[in-house]
Amino acid sequence: MVPLSWYLALSAVLFTIGVVGVLIQRNVIALFMCIELMLNAVNLSLVAFSRFHNDVTGQLFVFIVMAVAAAEAAVGLAIIISLFRNRETLNVDEADLLKL
Amino acid sequence: MLKWITLAPLIGAAINGLFGKLITNKLGQKAAERVIGFIACASVGVSTALAFIVFFGREWPVVNGKPQIAEPFFTWIKVGGFQADFAYLLDPLSGVYILFVTGVGLLIHIYATGYMHGDPGYYRFFCYLNLFMFMMLTLVLADNLLLLFVGWEGVGLCSYLLIGYYIKWDVAGDAAKKAFVMNRVGDFGFMIATFLIFTAFGTISFVAKGDIPSLLEKAAERPVEAFGVFGVMTAIALLLFLGATGKSAQIPLLTWLPDAMAGPTPVSALIHAATMVTAGVYLTARCSAIFVKSPTAMAVVAVIGAATAIFAATIGLAQNDIKKVLAYSTVSQLGYMFLACGVGAFIAGIFHVMTHAFFKALLFLGSGSVIHGMSNEQDIRKMGGLRKYMKITAATMMAGWLAISGVPLLSGFFSKDEILWRAWSTDALPPGMGKVLWGVAALTALLTAVYMTRMMVLTFFGRERFKDESHSHAGPAHGHSAQGDEHGHHGEPHESPALMWIPLVILAILSVVGGYVGVSPALSSLVGVHAENRFEHFLEPAIAKVGGHEVAVQTGAQPAVAAQAEHAASSAQTESHGAAASAAKTTAPREAAHDTRTELTFTIISTLVAIIGLLLGWLIFSSNPLRKMPKLLEEKYRVDEFYDEAIVNPIEQTSRHFLWQVVDVKIIDGFVNGVARLFAGLAGALRYTQTGFARNYAAVILVGAIIVIGYFGYIALR
Repeated sequence: MVPLSWYLALSAVLFTIGVVGVLIQRNVIALFMCIELMLNAVNLSLVAFSRFHNDVTGQLFVFIVMAVAAAEAAVGLAIIISLFRNRETLNVDEADLLKL
Repeated sequence: MLKWITLAPLIGAAINGLFGKLITNKLGQKAAERVIGFIACASVGVSTALAFIVFFGREWPVVNGKPQIAEPFFTWIKVGGFQADFAYLLDPLSGVYILFVTGVGLLIHIYATGYMHGDPGYYRFFCYLNLFMFMMLTLVLADNLLLLFVGWEGVGLCSYLLIGYYIKWDVAGDAAKKAFVMNRVGDFGFMIATFLIFTAFGTISFVAKGDIPSLLEKAAERPVEAFGVFGVMTAIALLLFLGATGKSAQIPLLTWLPDAMAGPTPVSALIHAATMVTAGVYLTARCSAIFVKSPTAMAVVAVIGAATAIFAATIGLAQNDIKKVLAYSTVSQLGYMFLACGVGAFIAGIFHVMTHAFFKALLFLGSGSVIHGMSNEQDIRKMGGLRKYMKITAATMMAGWLAISGVPLLSGFFSKDEILWRAWSTDALPPGMGKVLWGVAALTALLTAVYMTRMMVLTFFGRERFKDESHSHAGPAHGHSAQGDEHGHHGEPHESPALMWIPLVILAILSVVGGYVGVSPALSSLVGVHAENRFEHFLEPAIAKVGGHEVAVQTGAQPAVAAQAEHAASSAQTESHGAAASAAKTTAPREAAHDTRTELTFTIISTLVAIIGLLLGWLIFSSNPLRKMPKLLEEKYRVDEFYDEAIVNPIEQTSRHFLWQVVDVKIIDGFVNGVARLFAGLAGALRYTQTGFARNYAAVILVGAIIVIGYFGYIALR
């Protein structure tokens, strides 16, 4: 059987990729996908813990996270669309109206 | 009962102050004057009647051997061991004061209804005047120092308001401010003295509260501080005296009083001659228990008093404004009163306060009548021969003139003679000092007679100089004309209305007979009556004695001390302030034959001084009334100029060049602006962290998260 640490390592790697992506990507769609990656990295670790501890609560968490992620995806994509309509760009560095 | 004495004028002030304008608008000036004048006089009348009823009414209860009526009103401040009540105390000292304050006050109120006739600020004037009566009576009746201070400040406020009554006249406004500011200097001393008294005695009350004895009793327990020793009693006494010099215009705070003559004449008479300015003497007499413990302070009081007396008298010689002459005369007479206090004769001082209230109020009101009759002329050089035109004013003022000069059998004679004799025979001061002070006081008495004679001669006798030129004298010194007052019509001088001369007549009678309440035993023995000094006997319980152990000596002359009469005769020989010896000396009856003979000799001397002064004045000024006076005197020794140079200008220059341009602009503004600049700089540095890029913030969050996780990981793995 695959030990728990493998799952956790994979989860950490995925999470790190997500974080680094958020920090270096400028394309807002890519940013968005990196956030999803981070969420799912966490989901993976939750499911793994749930399996190894024989406790179903972790899986319940994951369902809730997925529901929220779906809602967030709807809202986020709507914002991206309206941003593109106004700015004709997907570069986040150009959406800087609040900057001094 | 006592509270209604003070509240009646307050109610009068409230009615006139709140509704005076309404009444004037509704009824018109003429009818309104009658209503307002009636309210003002009636309120003071009620207060006068009550004062007389309380004073002469039922026997006063005796507390601790002192006759007194204490009337608590409510507890005002109570913090820890500190208690100040709103409570009144009527004892012989405040009793004498309320009698002449209300009595003279009532007469002056009546006079003022005539004098202020036609003034557009009629209601304002009487509101202030009534308020003054309330404050003065509170000052006098207060049973603790803090309430006394309320009255003290209150009369100062009313004085300020009334000096500056002619609000459109700059001189009056300046004089008001000067009076107020100079009084602050004195008040500073008063307040520090109050704090010191509380620290030293633990109470500021003049009457015992429960088991806490009064401050006078506490002070009486203290040992006498030898001459030259600067202990706490000396400090308190000197600080109290600083307060008194402010209110009573003594050196060095004397210059406000002559300027205060910019106020209407009834104000000069009431506040700046008869009542308020004697508050300093009242304070000194009230705290006599403290003063007698410090020969140093007594000497200072006596010397300042005598110096002020002669200083002001010489200035009075050379003044040409009728009110200025009287103002300097007031300062000079106040000096006499402090001289009396300083030599330990507090009662003689109070006696002079009372007689002075009569004759000086009379002289001021008389001068007001002259000014009124002369269409607001105040320069005595432009008067002369007025007795033909103003018979009643002239006659009454002559009574005041003779009384203040010390002509025998008039009121001023008794009080002044008493002070002179006490100065000579004092045992409160180092030996010899009393003799010198007596010399100064006697010389002042001579000068008093001379300058008063000069004023009377120039005003009422001689050529009618006002006919020399037509009335084109629009000088600056005319309060009324500055106010556009029209009650004086041009032309011949005329007698004032009855409302004005009736108070004059009453005051003249008082000036003549007022001294008979305090005839000294030596004088009464001349007419074969062996009576004690009734005034002195009455006031004795309220006043401390020099060298005495107790504040109160209820029983007058003890037989035991008669044996020591000889000792008393040689008074002022020894410096010893040993309690036993001096107690014996002061309590010894003054019936000792030798003493009486000396005292009578001095009475003869002071009589001669008065008469010589009158003759001298008459001889000098009746032949040449416009004689040029020494310039230095006319310029009042340039005291004001000296103060300007020595105090006012340095303060102004320091304020301008140091406090303003350095402290304010550089330091205070520099600090405020510096703080702002510091934060602006910090913000300028920190703003670079706010890039506006979401990814930078995300990086910061990441770093933060790593630090937090790392911290907890470190703790967990340790």
